[in-house]
Amino acid sequence: MNPGLGLLRREIAIAWGRGGGLMVTGGFFAGATLLLPLASGPEPERLAQIAPGAAWTVLALSALLGLERLFERDYEDGALDLMAHAGLPLEFTCALKCLGHWLATGAPLAVLAPLAAIALGASPALAPLLFACALAGGLAFAFTGGIGAALSLGTRRGGLLTAVIVLPLFVPPVIFGGGALYAFDSGLPWRAGFSLLGAYAAAAVALGPLAMAAACRNALS
Amino acid sequence: MTQALAFLYNPHRFMAFSAWAAPLLGTLALGLAAAGLWLGFTAPEDYQQGDTVRIMFIHVPAAWMGLFVYLCLGGASFLSLIFRQALADAAARGAAPLGAVFTGLALATGSLWGKPMWGTWWVWDARLTSVLVLFLFYLAYMALRAAIDDEAKGARAAAILALVGLVNVPVVHWSVEWWNTLHQGRTVFAAGGSRAANVFLVPLFLMSLSYMAGFGALWLVRIRGEVWRRRAAAAEARLAR
Repeated sequence: MNPGLGLLRREIAIAWGRGGGLMVTGGFFAGATLLLPLASGPEPERLAQIAPGAAWTVLALSALLGLERLFERDYEDGALDLMAHAGLPLEFTCALKCLGHWLATGAPLAVLAPLAAIALGASPALAPLLFACALAGGLAFAFTGGIGAALSLGTRRGGLLTAVIVLPLFVPPVIFGGGALYAFDSGLPWRAGFSLLGAYAAAAVALGPLAMAAACRNALS
Repeated sequence: MTQALAFLYNPHRFMAFSAWAAPLLGTLALGLAAAGLWLGFTAPEDYQQGDTVRIMFIHVPAAWMGLFVYLCLGGASFLSLIFRQALADAAARGAAPLGAVFTGLALATGSLWGKPMWGTWWVWDARLTSVLVLFLFYLAYMALRAAIDDEAKGARAAAILALVGLVNVPVVHWSVEWWNTLHQGRTVFAAGGSRAANVFLVPLFLMSLSYMAGFGALWLVRIRGEVWRRRAAAAEARLAR
């Protein structure tokens, strides 16, 4: 079998299997969405106003969840060492790991995000755009998140440190996606925000693996 | 070319250079600050902003420096990552807390100015937000550096993060044009010449130069401290053997 394809299948299996995947991230997503009306009151008008943004925020936070497992396990049991010395370039390996992470957790969440927004009172017309934003945004979150996960390899407080590193990197995609959703909701042109979100995702996919591989090599050295 | 710049990468020459450059820059910074503050406080009140316009002399250079120091941090990280320059790493390490202080000062003074002018301490305008993000980048840089026990590994990981963060700097800079909401657009470097009056521009530029010189002085002092710390650590390691 093609080694790249095999690695991708392994990553998806690890991210998805043993109660990972949708059970954990989806459960977190639903739980965090549930807290919002409980905290800010159940008035439909108020909830409907913040619904798309809330779903979008919870989505960004959910993207943090699996990051710790992305490199840390393989680093601890030595698998990352083997991958670094395998035939595939480490950059490509890192990209595949992030892609697998996104397929197993980010893409399913993209289905849940419109549901959550509608449950909070957003207009159903928003659903296709929110789905598309969540897909592109999830890709950006996975590839920028991978940078944070790779950089905090071998540190104490790895998971928390990853979040501190990654959350500032999440700012531009959250702004662009939120801007597109808000513009769509108020009948303004929304394509600019969505295009910028796509551009950020594309840049993250292109440049993120370089930083990740450099960080992995540094941790393994 | 590289010989002429030896005082920047050769630790011995650097120590000799910074021994006189740091006090010189520090004195310059104090003198410029005295002149800038004097002109700033004797400038007439702005017809719209009244006395609060004086906050600008503290705020605007701090915001500029927050960005500028990040560029220095990124440049030093690049040099330490690619050329493995020990001094460049010391420079990156020394720049981070200074930059965090400048961005923190810009945020705090901006907030003090925003309350009387905009009627609110904080608005979620893109420019304010991106300065806050810059502040978070400084914090993340310092946190990552502190969390890795192995100093060489920590230095390289932090350098990678600093380069990743450089992507953020253009976003900060051009965000005014992208999402121009509440924060006023560029005034000083606006296209077609400055729109600010000279009574305000002169103290502003004096204060900017003072900030720049002050940063240079503090940076050199911090790099010197780092060089001393490493020498002490090396001496300790020799004694322990």
